[in-house]
Parts: sequence; C-alpha cells; structure tokens
Amino acid sequence: MSTVRAAGWTVVALVLMALAVPWFLWDTSTIAAGLPVWLWWHIGWMVLASVVFAVFARTDWGLGVEEVR
Amino acid sequence: MADTALQLGIVGAYMIVALAVGAVAYRLTDRTAEDYYLASRTLGTVVLLFTTFATLLSAFTFFGGPNLAFSAGPEWILVMGLMDGIIFAVLWYVLGYKQWLVGKRHGYVTLGEMLGDRFGSTALRVVVAGVSLVWLFPYVMLQQKGAGQAIVGLTNGAVPFWVGAGGITLFMILYVALSGMRGVAWTDTLQGLFMLSLIWVAVAWVLSAVGGAGEATALLASEEPAFVGLGGGLYTPQYIISTAVSIAFGVTMFPQINQRFFAAGSKKVLKRTFALWPVLVLLLFVPAFMLGAWAAGLGITVPEGGNVIPALLGEYTPTWFTALVIAGAMAAMMSSSDSMLLSGSSYLTRDLYRPLTGRSDASDEATDRREALVARIGVVIFATLSFVSSLYTPGTLVQIGDTAFSGFAQLTVPVALALYWQGTTRSGMYAGVIGSQVFYGLHVFPVLSTLGGLVGLDVALPTAYLGWTPGIVGILVGLVLTVGVSLVTAPAATENRTAYAVTGIESD
Repeated sequence: MSTVRAAGWTVVALVLMALAVPWFLWDTSTIAAGLPVWLWWHIGWMVLASVVFAVFARTDWGLGVEEVR
Repeated sequence: MADTALQLGIVGAYMIVALAVGAVAYRLTDRTAEDYYLASRTLGTVVLLFTTFATLLSAFTFFGGPNLAFSAGPEWILVMGLMDGIIFAVLWYVLGYKQWLVGKRHGYVTLGEMLGDRFGSTALRVVVAGVSLVWLFPYVMLQQKGAGQAIVGLTNGAVPFWVGAGGITLFMILYVALSGMRGVAWTDTLQGLFMLSLIWVAVAWVLSAVGGAGEATALLASEEPAFVGLGGGLYTPQYIISTAVSIAFGVTMFPQINQRFFAAGSKKVLKRTFALWPVLVLLLFVPAFMLGAWAAGLGITVPEGGNVIPALLGEYTPTWFTALVIAGAMAAMMSSSDSMLLSGSSYLTRDLYRPLTGRSDASDEATDRREALVARIGVVIFATLSFVSSLYTPGTLVQIGDTAFSGFAQLTVPVALALYWQGTTRSGMYAGVIGSQVFYGLHVFPVLSTLGGLVGLDVALPTAYLGWTPGIVGILVGLVLTVGVSLVTAPAATENRTAYAVTGIESD
C-alpha cells in the first residue's frame, strides 16, 4: 500500500516540477491583467504547489523517508 | 554630498540594528558547539523558514537576477520558481527531513560528519568538507562584490568599491565571531521580512508612477517585444532546466543550507516550512525580477558595472528609499555571508581541524575553547582572502554564483544515494564525489588547456553537451560512478551500514 502511495506522490512531484514552466505557452506573448499569461500560469502553479505540499505534509509525511531499512 | 551622508547613515543605522540583535542572541548562547552552530536544534517555523529564505536572499536576488531580467527578459522568475520553489522543496523533504532524522539520532552537526560516520572514513569527511569550502569561497566573494557594487552605485562612486566590500567583510566577521546560529537566524528573520516588505513597496512606488502594471508591461512589450514572450534569446528549455536543476541541487549542499536541515526544532516545523516554501519564493522573486524587466521598457540606463534596481529606484523614488533598499540588499548579502561563514567554520573545525590534528570528536571545555578560537581565526582568514579576491576577480555576479552552485550540486547525488541505498560503499562514495568534482572542475578551470599549451597541443573541453551544461553532465557522472563503483566493490569493514536506518517515531 505504501509503495503505491509513494509512487503516486512521486508522480505528483514530477508533474509539479514539469509544469512549473508552462512549456505549452512557449513563444506566447499574450498579456493579461498587466502580466504575461505565462507568468500568471507560474504564479497559479506555485500556489497550487504550496497547497499540494500542505496536503502531503498532513497526510503522508514520512513516506519513503522513515522506516527505510 | 548631503545625499551621500543620508544614504550612508541609513545603511549604517541598519547594520547597527542587526548587530544589536546579534548581541542579544550572544547573551543567550552557551558556548557548546551544538548551540553555537545549530541553536541546539530548536528553531521554530518562522525562524527556520526565514533563516533558510534569507540565506538564499543574496546579491543575486537584488542585483544579478534583476540585471538578467533587464537584459534578457523576466523568465528567470520561472527558473527561481522551479528550482527554489519546487525542486528544492522536494529535496527539503527527501534529503532534508532524512538528514534531520539521522542528525538527531546521532548528533551530527555537519554533512561531512554524517558521511564520515556512516562510511567509517575520516578521509571522506575531510574531502566533503574540503570540497564544500572550496566552492563556498567564490560565493562569499560574490556577496562582497555585491556589497562593493551596491555602495558604489548608491553614492555614484563617491565611496569606492573596496570600502563597501571591506565594510561588509568586517561586519560579517564581527557578527559570526559574536553570535552563533541563534543570532544569525534571528537577524535573518528580521532581514527577510524587511526585504520582502521593501521590495513590494518598491514595486508599488514604481508602478504608481508609471500608471500600473498594465502600462509598465505594455511599455516593455513595445520596447522589447521578445521579453514578454516566453523563451527566446538566452532562455532555451535546456538553459532553464540545467540552471534550475544545478542550482537546486547546489543549494541543498551549500553548508549553510545543509546545516539548517539539522537545526529544525521538530517535525512540525519541517512540515510547515516545506508547505510555505513555494509561495514565499513567489512573493520574493516575482516583484524583484519584474522590476528589472519593467526597467527595460522604461528606458532606464544602467551605468557600466552598475545594477538596474538602484538605477530604477533612483529614477522613481526618493533618495532615502533607494538607500533603504540598498541597505536591505546589503543586509541580504550579509545574512547570506554570515550564515556561510558560520557553517564554513564548523566544517573547518570539525571536519578538517579535528581529523587532521588527530583529535577525536569527544569534547571537553578545553577543546571547545580551542576550537572556538580555531573557528574564529579560520573565519577571519577565509573572509579576508575572499575580500582580496573580490577586488581582482573579473566576471559578473551570475557567472561567479553559477560556478559555485554547480560545484555544490555535484555532491547531491552521492549524498542522496548514501542516505537511501545501503549498497553504497565507501569506494563508491570516493569515486562519485571526487570523480564528479574532477569532471566539473576541469570544465570550470582552464587546467587542460594550460597543460596542453605547455606541450603545444590545443586542448579544449566542450562548454556544453547537446545544450546541457557541464554542471548537469557532472551530476550524471557522479551518479554513474557512485552506483557503478558501489556495485563492484565490497563494503569496508569499518562501515556502519545501518547508521541511516531511522524511524519517524523516535524523533517525536
């Protein structure tokens, strides 16, 4: 069970890393509300990351780190 | 002239406040090593968060980074967010939390101690500490250079470079000698909060003068259309990823950051810090780097060798405010430097002085006193040498910083393997740590081309491998060497292979 959860959280961490930079907006220079849209994406993503980290800290903290032989 | 006096007055007043905080902390610090270097492992959430944060707040945040945004566009915000906000946070958990558990159980104070104990190898301990001190040197120098430049920029050259750089050197020596981790952590908190507020006030001030963020970005878009679009110029995907990964890995192994993994008060503190991290990174770097980018649309001219933030603020805000920001930036450099010197001195005394003079880790009052002296002498010599080289070394802030970060980054993979894979052997660690350092070192320092020149050969290593920096390739070399050599060698008899097997329960 904990292996599955560890794998799941690893995927979550990788996705958080992979999309911190909005690669799909490469070369886009649209501006919204005073900032480039790619920057808005990044701002939103970082807030999301904080929330995800908080959820992890609450639920599965210790996974993969504690009780490792 | 009156302006210069006011500016220097503000910078000076700020330094004195910081010193006062150090003095209070000094009175509360007893002179044991664990208290001096780790504040007896008692740091709470706010202090740990801000002391780690302020340690990252460096000359780069206020000068190097905004300068890059000014000359190449604001995409560095993404690099910082990815590396500092996310990759570092993950490493905070994977390496930091593990190190905290292990450190608490065995009483480790430094990274070298932790590795030396597990692998039963004093030599490994010495190598890790030595490598760390080598890379710490250019980074301390970076801060001194930043301070020198800040004072020159602030006073339009009325006060020469060496006074600024020398002033901060003197101040941080005094500070480290006086107060330990507690004082450093407290002033870091003060400085972090101060800088964060100041940078937002600066943004509000500049934007209200030019008519809002929409207006400023529109000006930027018409002046430098490429800056508003994502990517282009300096910014390739390889550049963004290489930089983010090598800095994040590097940050983790910086002595002053790594040592903070041992200093947390409780598991709860580590959890909270971990979750708040991305937002804090965002709050700092978005305004700082956008100011630099907006300046490009506002037609700000930066004097030769100067920095964009002071130039921009000089244009839009009163003299006293610019001075306050410069004071804050100098404070940031100091908070980085004093932490670095403090941690550096623990590496020096515990991992170099002790083993090389054949002293054991058992300490009594006499050894503590002698080591405290060694530590302080070490700090003075180290800071003085880096000050002298800051006067002569060419290179921009970013280049100097990047060299150090990638150098530290080479340590991360072997350390991670050591923490999690019991199959790691002492020989594997030697191969991984030394091999990756040699690989990276040969790319940074012109050793091969000089040697080749002696025998009339034109030897040059590539500056990139398919667009990836030698720093990144070195990390892979470290991985391959550590794993490969560990697989084909047997563990040494003195290794303590279960040293890192810890449970969460015993730490509660």
